[in-house]
Formats: sequence, C-alpha cells, structure tokens
Amino acid sequence: MATAVVQPTTFEEKLIQEYGYDDHFHEHHHGDKYQSSFITTYVFSQDHKMIAKQLLITGMIWGLIGALMSLVFRLQLGFPEESLAWLKPVLGQWIEVNPEGVGKLSQEFYYALVTMHGTIIVFFVLTAGLSGTFSNLLIPLMLGARDMASPLLNMMSYWFFFMAGVVMFMSLFLSTGPFSGGWTAYPPLSILPEASAGSGAGMTLWALSLVLFVVSVLLGGINYITTVLNLRTKGMSMWRMPLPIWSFFITAIIGLLSFPVLASAFFLVVFDRELGTSFFLNEIFIGGKALDHVGGSPILYQHLFWFLGHPEVYIIILPAMGLVSEVLSVNARKPIFGYKAMVFSILAIAFLSFIVWAHHMFMSGVNPFISNFFVIFTLIIAVPSAVKVFNWIATLYGGNIRFNSAMLFAIGFVSMFISGGLTGIFLGNSAIDIQMHDTYFVVAHFHIVMGVAAFFGMFAGVYHWFPKMYGRFMNETLGKIHFWGTMVSAYAIFWPMHYIGMAGVPRRYYAFDIFQSFSHFAEMNKFITIAAILAFGFQVLFVINFFYSIWKGKRLTVQNPYGATTLEWTTPVRPGHGNWPGKIPAVQRWPYDYGKDGEDFIPQIVPLKEGEHDGGHH
Amino acid sequence: MTALFAILSIILIAIIAVQIGRVSELAARIRGEEDAQERTNRSTSRWLLIFMVLFLLACIVSAVYYKNYMLGYGPHQAASEHGGSLDKMFNITLIVTGIVFFITQIALFWFSYKYRARKGGKALYIPHDNKIEIIWTAVPAVVMTFLVVGGLDAWNDVMADVGTDEEVIEIEAMGYQFAWQLRYPGPDGKLGSRDYKLTTGTNPIGQDWTDESNLDDFHPSEIVLPVGKKVRVRILARDVLHDFYLPHFRVKMDAVPGMPTYFVFTPTKTTEEYRQELKKYDEYNVPDPSSPEKMLWETFEYELACAELCGKGHWSMRRLVKIVSESEYEAWLKTQNSYYMSAIYKTADDPWPIDGKLPAIVASTRKQEFTDLFDTAMKGNTLAERTFVLKYVTFETGSAQLTEISKKYELANVIDAMKANSALVIGLGGHTDNTGSADANMTLSQERANAVMAYLVANGISADRLKATGYGQNQPIADNGTESGRAENRRTEFTILSGGTPAVSTVNEAAATE
Repeated sequence: MATAVVQPTTFEEKLIQEYGYDDHFHEHHHGDKYQSSFITTYVFSQDHKMIAKQLLITGMIWGLIGALMSLVFRLQLGFPEESLAWLKPVLGQWIEVNPEGVGKLSQEFYYALVTMHGTIIVFFVLTAGLSGTFSNLLIPLMLGARDMASPLLNMMSYWFFFMAGVVMFMSLFLSTGPFSGGWTAYPPLSILPEASAGSGAGMTLWALSLVLFVVSVLLGGINYITTVLNLRTKGMSMWRMPLPIWSFFITAIIGLLSFPVLASAFFLVVFDRELGTSFFLNEIFIGGKALDHVGGSPILYQHLFWFLGHPEVYIIILPAMGLVSEVLSVNARKPIFGYKAMVFSILAIAFLSFIVWAHHMFMSGVNPFISNFFVIFTLIIAVPSAVKVFNWIATLYGGNIRFNSAMLFAIGFVSMFISGGLTGIFLGNSAIDIQMHDTYFVVAHFHIVMGVAAFFGMFAGVYHWFPKMYGRFMNETLGKIHFWGTMVSAYAIFWPMHYIGMAGVPRRYYAFDIFQSFSHFAEMNKFITIAAILAFGFQVLFVINFFYSIWKGKRLTVQNPYGATTLEWTTPVRPGHGNWPGKIPAVQRWPYDYGKDGEDFIPQIVPLKEGEHDGGHH
Repeated sequence: MTALFAILSIILIAIIAVQIGRVSELAARIRGEEDAQERTNRSTSRWLLIFMVLFLLACIVSAVYYKNYMLGYGPHQAASEHGGSLDKMFNITLIVTGIVFFITQIALFWFSYKYRARKGGKALYIPHDNKIEIIWTAVPAVVMTFLVVGGLDAWNDVMADVGTDEEVIEIEAMGYQFAWQLRYPGPDGKLGSRDYKLTTGTNPIGQDWTDESNLDDFHPSEIVLPVGKKVRVRILARDVLHDFYLPHFRVKMDAVPGMPTYFVFTPTKTTEEYRQELKKYDEYNVPDPSSPEKMLWETFEYELACAELCGKGHWSMRRLVKIVSESEYEAWLKTQNSYYMSAIYKTADDPWPIDGKLPAIVASTRKQEFTDLFDTAMKGNTLAERTFVLKYVTFETGSAQLTEISKKYELANVIDAMKANSALVIGLGGHTDNTGSADANMTLSQERANAVMAYLVANGISADRLKATGYGQNQPIADNGTESGRAENRRTEFTILSGGTPAVSTVNEAAATE
C-alpha cells in the first residue's frame, strides 16, 4: 500500500519531514474507514477531535439549561413578590397560581432547580464539558499522538455521558419532580421518599444518571492516563509536556481514584432505598412511623461523597489552570514562569485534595478533634495555589502581551481565582466555618473559585483553540463583549453574596422574610438577580458567536496563528484522522521557548542549536 | 405578549451583536491585522486598568457600606462568650487576605497594562527563578501557619464539651420537617431518656415515660436562657439532617438522626441589651414592616434557624430565642408545665403506676391537690364546704379491699393531716353508683368506709376521731347514665366534723344529714 506522499510546504511540515517519527500510521489506516460515513464521522465518532466537539457542544447545551434554572430560582429570590404566572406554560404545575392570579414557584421545585443547577454545572458542564473537551482535544494533539490510546473507549465515554444526560433530562418531567435534595444528595433526605417528593423517582433517575456519568469519567480518564503515559511522541519526555497536559493527566488520575468512591456511595444509597439496608439510616421517625433502619450513619455518606466531592473541585479547576497557563504564556510571548514549580504545585494540590474532604463536614457532627487535621491540610493547599497565582502574574511581568478574547479570559481567570481562593482561607479554618458554614459566604466562595473561574478557563480554551477545532476564528469583538459583560456581571452577582453571608444568611433558603435577621437584603437580592440575567445574556452571546463562527467565522489560513510552540499548531489547518498527514512530529525541546535568544518563539519541533541548553527538560 | 416581546428583543440584540462583530472584523481587515491588534492591545489594556480601579474601589466602597453586616462590627457583634474569638479570627483573616487580594489584583492588572504588546516590543525571557519561588512558597506557608494555629486554638476551645462537674444548663433541640422541638430538663436538671421508636403524635421526642427524669421535662415553644450561664444544647434530628443555627451566638451544628450532637455556649447579652445596641444604628431606626408602629430595633429577637437542607420547608424552621436575666429566667421556669403532666398523665399513653408506685411528680401533685382541698375544707362554714372527695382512694372491683396505691399515697396524706391536726374529727363517707341493688350498694359503701377507717386506725389514728358512714347510691354527684358519671359517683368523701378553723357546732348538722 502506498503511503500518502506529503509534499512539505511550510516550515513546520519540513521540520516534521526531516526530524519526525514515521509510525507507518497511514499505511494501516488507508481510506480512513473510521470516518467514512456521516454516522461514524459525526455521531459514533472515534476521533478524539470530534469527541471533544461533541463534549463541548453537549456541555454548552447543559450549561444553558443549568444557567436558565438558576435564573428561575434567582427570580424567586430577587423578586419574591412578583408573579411568575408567565412561566406557567413552561413549568406547568411547578408554578402555583393562587386565585388572584399570582404565580409562585413551588417550594419543592425551587429546591429541585437548585439541585439540578448544581448537579448539571458541576458534573455535566465543568467536568465533561471542560475537562472532557480539552483533554480529548489537546492530549493527542499536544503530545504528538495519532489519537487516544483507545478510541473505542473514548467514544463510549461520550455516549455514557450522553445517556447520563438523557436520564437526567427525563427526570425533569416526572410528576413528582426531579431530585430536590441538593447536589450533594445527603441521606436520609435523598433516601426517603417520605421526606421529599423529589426523593422518589427523581432520586432514582438522578442516581442512575450519575452512575452512568461515573462510568463515562472512568472510561475517559483511563484513556487520558494511558495516552499520556504511552503515546507521547519521540522526544516528548514528561518534563517537556505542556502544562495543560500535566493538568489533564493529574486530573484524570484524581478522577480515577475518587469517582469510584462516589459510585460506591450512590450504590449504597440505592441499596438503602431499594433493598432495605441501613448503611446511612439510623433511628428515623418519618411519615408518622418509626422506620426499622438502625445502625447506619448519615455521616458515612458524607465522608464517601466528599472523598470525591473535594477532589472534584480540582478535577474542575486543574484543567482550567492548565489552559490558562498555556494561553497566558502564548499571548504574553513569555515562558510560563516556574514551569517545574507549576507542575509540582499541581502534584501537591492533587495529593492534598485527597486528604481535605472533611473540611466540608466541620459542622456535620464529626468529632471536633479530627477537624484539626483537616484544617491543617486544607490551609496547606493555599500554598501551592498561591504559588500558581504568583507564577501566572510573574509570567505577565516583562511580557509583550497580545490581548485577545482568550487572553482576557485567562487574566479574568486569575482575578477570579484570587478572589475566590482567598475566601477559601476563611472557610477552611474551622473556627470561622462555624459561622460561615452553609451561608451565602460559601455560595460566593465556590461560585467564584470553581464556577466562574472554571468557566473563564473554559472560555479561554474555547477562544484559543476554536481555530484548531473548526478551522475558523471566533469573532473577537463579540468575544470581548462577552468577556467584559461576564467579568462585570459575575462579580456583580457573587461579590455582594459575601456580605449576605457575613450577616449569617443561610444558603438554600426559598425566602428570607420569615427571619428578621435574614430579611435585610431584599434590594441586594434584586441587584444580584438582575446581574444574573445580564450574565446569562452574555453567555447567549457566546453561544451565538460560537455557532456563527463555526460556519461564518474568519478562516484560519496559517498553521500556527498565535506563534505557539506546541505540537497542535504543527498539524494541517484542518487535521484529519491521525492528526498529521505524514510522520508524527518529534519533540526537541520544552514547550515554552518564547522570547529565547531573541527569537519570538521556537516550536518544540525545532532541534536544539549547537550548545543550546534545554533547561533540564529532558 | 411580554414574553414574545422579550424574545423578539433578544433576537434583535443578537442580530445587532453579530453585525457589530462583522463590522469590526471588516474594519480590522481594512486596517491590517497587525495595526488592529496594536489598537486592541492599547485600548484593552487601558480598559483592564480602568476595570481594576473601579473594581477595587467597588470592593472598598461596598465594604464600608456594608460594614455593619460584617462579623464583629457594629450591630453584628457576637452575643456569646466564644463568638468574639471567631469574629477575631475572621477579621485577622480578612486583613491578611485583603492585603494579598489588593497586591495580587493590582499586580495582575498593572502588569497586563504595562506589558501590553507594542510594535517591535520584545518579551523578557525569564523561565524561572528559584529564589523567588522559594520566597513565595515560604511566605504563604508561614502566614498559613499563623492562621492555622490561631484558628485551631479558637476551634478546640469552642468545641470542647462541658466537664463532668461543670454547672451547665442542658437543653435539647430536635429538628424535624419543618420545625424545632425543644425540651428543657425541668426541676431535676436531667433530660430523660428517649427512644425513637416511642415517637408518636403526642410524644414528639420519643420520651420514655417509665423514666422518671422524663416526667418533669417541659417542651417550651421558644428558647429562653439566662444571660451569663453556660448552656449545652443537645441536638437531635427526628427524620433527616437539620442544623441548629443561632446566627447571633455563632452557634451551628448539624442535627443527625440517631446520633446526638451538641454545642456549648454562654450567652452574654440579653435580648434587651442587644436591642439597645441596635438602637444606635440608623438601619434599625426604621419601622418594622411587620408591625409599623415599632422600630426595627424594638422588635428584634434572637432567632434559631436551620442550616442544613432538609426538604421544601427548610427555610421556615424559625424559633425565637430569648436571653433574659437570671431572675426573669427563674420566673419563666415557674410558668412552664411538665409535658408529661399536661399531655400524658392519665391518658392511655401513661404507663404509671408501675409496680404499685407513682412517680414522685404525680405523688407530690396529688399531695398538693389534697392539701389544697383540705385547707379549703378547714375554712369551710357549712358541712358541704367541709367535704371533699378523696379522688385517689380506690378499691378492688366489687370489693371493699383498698388498693395498695390508695394506702401508699392518698391515705398517707390523710394520716399526715390527721397527725398534724390533733383536734380533727372526720367523717369518711362511702358512695356507690346505681348499678346493682340499692341494698347491696348500701352494704358495700359501708364496708368501704369501714375499710378506710380500719386502715387509718391501724396506722395510729384514734377511732374516736373517725366516723365511717355508707351512703349507698343515694347521694349521686353526677349523672349515673354515663360511665364517667358513674365513676364520679363511686367515691370516698372526707368531711371535717370538728376541729376546723371556724369552730362550728357540727354534731347536729352531722346528725341532720344522716
């Protein structure tokens, strides 16, 4: 079989031709049977780039649904007196219209919306949509691999995620409503249908959906790890991997170790619900009768849940950090400051993320003594996090910064990560947590640090790598409007929540008027709701820009539009199956040679000059 | 219509946005990509700087504006002994993080502005600097150490349970969907034992009524506590997780089914003192929306809330908390009635008497009841006023055999009264209902009166002071047509014949009634 003869025309292609590694890939994949029909190209695709797009678009759809849900409950919180009867055509029985024609959001559904919002954004959008998308897109491209180690598992990972989404979506239409016990699904509330309408069929579907999701994450994760360990191209040592790859790699390891624990917690919940076991139930009187369940512990569930739940926030934020590191470096035209320190802080964060879970449980009734250890470990995490922030800022120092939408979102990410990260120092200190636990202060903290910041990382990634995905750029003007709108409105939503939290107002309240102590903030809640509506508008603008640019965006005409060093920019403008038409590129140096020796940038495929040192990156 | 209008305007905005995007892209193409990027760099970096200034100003201005809602400031000072240490930790952390916040945000935006790309500009090549890395690893580590030490010091102090010999008021709060059930230990200072399986509509906490320390416990509708006294709250949950949250006292702890938790705190400000504090602040000198004739500070109350999602009514689990002076607290305690006595006593749920014994609280209540009736009778002017029913003297069914429990309690009261008033001469009247023949009833009532007399004599009361009379069914005091009426009619009456305080000649009257 004849190898497709590639005539090198560009600088990159010539280098690959000269130094690249011939894996005879195209001799074995003649005719590209994996992308021969519409179904295998766009639906059951095994190509990592297509799966990345599938994950991204599915994540965006879920993002819109999750954000819309938050708007509905924000309306309730900001405008409790206003009639929501106009939502009746959409929400049906969940809007309770009284005889005067004033429509109120039902309490049960308020909690269902809060629960779904959390579940969807945390798992479907920020885990699958962010980590999944970019792990898929960038791991093979940046490592010089033809595809994932197992494209089949990769495809299955997406379709398990898709099924999880279908099941979750179905639960929205149950007559008893979707699950409404909070995204953490603490038992006994999540186990006992008597305790809440959503804990009936809603919880069954919720648990099923998330078990499918765990399968998806594990299939994806094991693939990412295998690919990183085994499919790095010639010369791509671990210390020459770009930071996004490090973060995806570590994220996958965290996920692989923690998600099964979550699954086991869910299985035990299902056992308690369906088989009459008592893992999490003890001495309960509900619905007029005393249950037979004794000997279980609701706290045990919390340990299992947060053993995933805490690493999960790093599963979300580490990929965003990786993307931001890359975008900052490329656009500042400077190497990322302290590459090794960045890698070690990722490793430190990953390790520590497994031994801090009980800081979510200071007030749960666990022995106060044990909290001492969790306070110490939790506050230690501030150190590697701080190192990362300082390194990002140092990367900007002395740069020649090019501002585009991706860069703006990367800078916005750092700002958000600082703001949200610092409030973690309050909450991680158990003494302060006595007052702050489960107040709006917590809502402000985690939304800024792992919600908004993670989204900013994701946006930075989408704007930056959109040309790699679709061969076109996203519109820069709309991107900048999107950035400024989101930056301002996101701070406008979450900054005031700190004050509400300091005043002691608990989260997950349907209304605040019953308590005198919590009813001072009607005006502020209006303000927050208006800011949330605006923020949503800017995200719609992003979605419009995204789909408009897929077909109408400015065409990418050069291989390497940003002057980046990494391998994904050595592929053709629209990489086909196998990513590189001929040989795969071989790596000669670390990925951050920006501004070295007077050169604007030196791609990884350029051999070291005579006597040039690669700074210990072998 | 509004919805349609809203949708149309969104679509319009979207179209406008896309057009703006296209136009600016075209403009960029005309100007040349590089020039356009240069202009963008200049304007965007400026906007970043402007944003930074406005953002940091907004942080400062809003913090000043909301300072009265911050922990430890103004009206939001802790009302408990330990609360101050939390507020202090909060504010130390606020200062430390505030400094870091301003330095890093300013550096971030300032560098972004200062190092914007210029034509022909070159970036510095600084891949790493180990010295700097070590410094900015060590500094946060040291700062964190201080925060950890300070925090844990406060934490272990706050969370310590009470010592065994410490004087403490222990109360109990049980969360359920969707309210709090409160329990105080009563005069014995002990909360009685409970079992969730005993929970019923009338036994909300599942108290075990065979445990005597339960019987004086009371269930108030609000928490009332004396200022300056250490309180240990035992926190329970009946159905799902709840959380006992007293925002003003910096108290928060989950309520877990099957696993009692606790929180120990000492209130330091009475409700009234807190109101006086609030009075100093303008935002509390506005009319309370729920009762406009009063100012907000006047209607202030401490509140108990739930802080763990527990279902659809989670947001509504409010109870009032009142902190009062020691004397007010004592007065309040006196107004509280034992839950057992007011809701369980003599109902089907009442397990007493157990093994022929009455609980102390019932025995003393009955003694009090007897004493009250006796004292009234002593002052009576007529024979009728000098007569009362010995409610708790009972016989075995159909016989004149006194029950053991009558001897032990009610007749003991009678004996005590006779011994204390040596001049007293009493009549003991036996009565029956109208079931059975009148003759037989007459005989039975006489025998029963005799039995009482015999018991008193056996216990050292001279027979001269006692006169036992059987009245049969002749003097009903209630309707014999109903079961409860008949029960009332079967009775033993106690009549003071002489020796009462108004010394009336009684013999004739006594004879007349016969």
